[in-house]
Amino acid sequence: MMNHLFGIFIIAGIIFSLLTGNIEAINNEIIAAPRQILDLFLSMFPFMILWSGIMNIAKEAGVLEKMTHWMRPLFRILFPELKEDDEALGYIASNITINMLGIHNASTPFGLKAMKCLQEKNPNKTTATRSMITFLVLNTGGVTLLATDIIAVRSMYQSPNPALILVTTITATLISNVFGLIMDRLFYERSKRRESSANQ
Amino acid sequence: MKGVNAVNLVQISNYFLPVLVLLLIGYGYDKKVPLYDAFLKGAKEGMDLAFSILPCLMAMIFGVNLLLRSGLLDSIFTLFRPVFTFLKIPIEILPMALIRPISGNASFAVMIDLIQKYGVDTFIGRLAATLQGSSDTTIYVLSLYFGSIGIKNSKYALKAGLMADAMAVFASILLVHLFFG
Repeated sequence: MMNHLFGIFIIAGIIFSLLTGNIEAINNEIIAAPRQILDLFLSMFPFMILWSGIMNIAKEAGVLEKMTHWMRPLFRILFPELKEDDEALGYIASNITINMLGIHNASTPFGLKAMKCLQEKNPNKTTATRSMITFLVLNTGGVTLLATDIIAVRSMYQSPNPALILVTTITATLISNVFGLIMDRLFYERSKRRESSANQ
Repeated sequence: MKGVNAVNLVQISNYFLPVLVLLLIGYGYDKKVPLYDAFLKGAKEGMDLAFSILPCLMAMIFGVNLLLRSGLLDSIFTLFRPVFTFLKIPIEILPMALIRPISGNASFAVMIDLIQKYGVDTFIGRLAATLQGSSDTTIYVLSLYFGSIGIKNSKYALKAGLMADAMAVFASILLVHLFFG
């Protein structure tokens, strides 16, 4: 999937700007892109080192198990394939909690760690498992309860009520997340039916 | 919610990280974890992790930026303008709706642009803010998370993620209509 997307983005982009005579923008982009990516990497890199360090303390203290314990009822529905004390669930819980607070940079290391744990039990290393996909859908749904960056922008532009936007952001997040998880379940059931009929 | 409360909310958010760090380190201290050693071990893992995602970042951002700079998306919207006008979907929001799953930074920039152009408490200004807050960068997160562990076949992940994103757009438009009229 990513192979197609990557190819389409680049081929469509370059061909379109060749046709419209907009090639200068693309040329500049190719020259500037590596630098831009390095900047982004440098802005994430220290974050990841710091939070991986802090979270390892939390892990050795048993915080992850505690968080997993609190979220157990939810996890039982979302991740039926995983055992209740699975290490991945601890990272998933941390990732979701930090995302809810709107600190997306700090949540990435936990998401990556969760995937790494799930991958260890994956029998087919190049194909995503059911739990990986459910976690990804949950994560990309953007379960943000406190979008502080958006409130900050709104108060910067002198909105009399910057935080009022939370009413719509939170409701929209919940709707799209529940929808995404339902679709995830439906797609899973469909792929399971296909596999079982292929085996017969 | 009054304006005063909103400012307080932003200020309260200043407490999240300090309190989180205090709780985690304090709990570790209480449980007699060797704090410094545990930190170094985790930080080393984080460093390896960060380097392992660098190629994914390079690939994704290069591809996405070429697409954005080419102006292809803008042309597509202009082409479909009558359809969206008919559906009462403001066309101004579409570039943002399409960029949102690809790049969080890019859509954040578009949001600020829209708020500047149309006003922070206009329909489009509120819609842009709602859209930014209601979903995350599906394609970026997928390539990063799956790329970091070498997953090549993502099965139905992208489909489900993008459908949730589309739902976020529809829900945002509907909710901003409902709540703010």
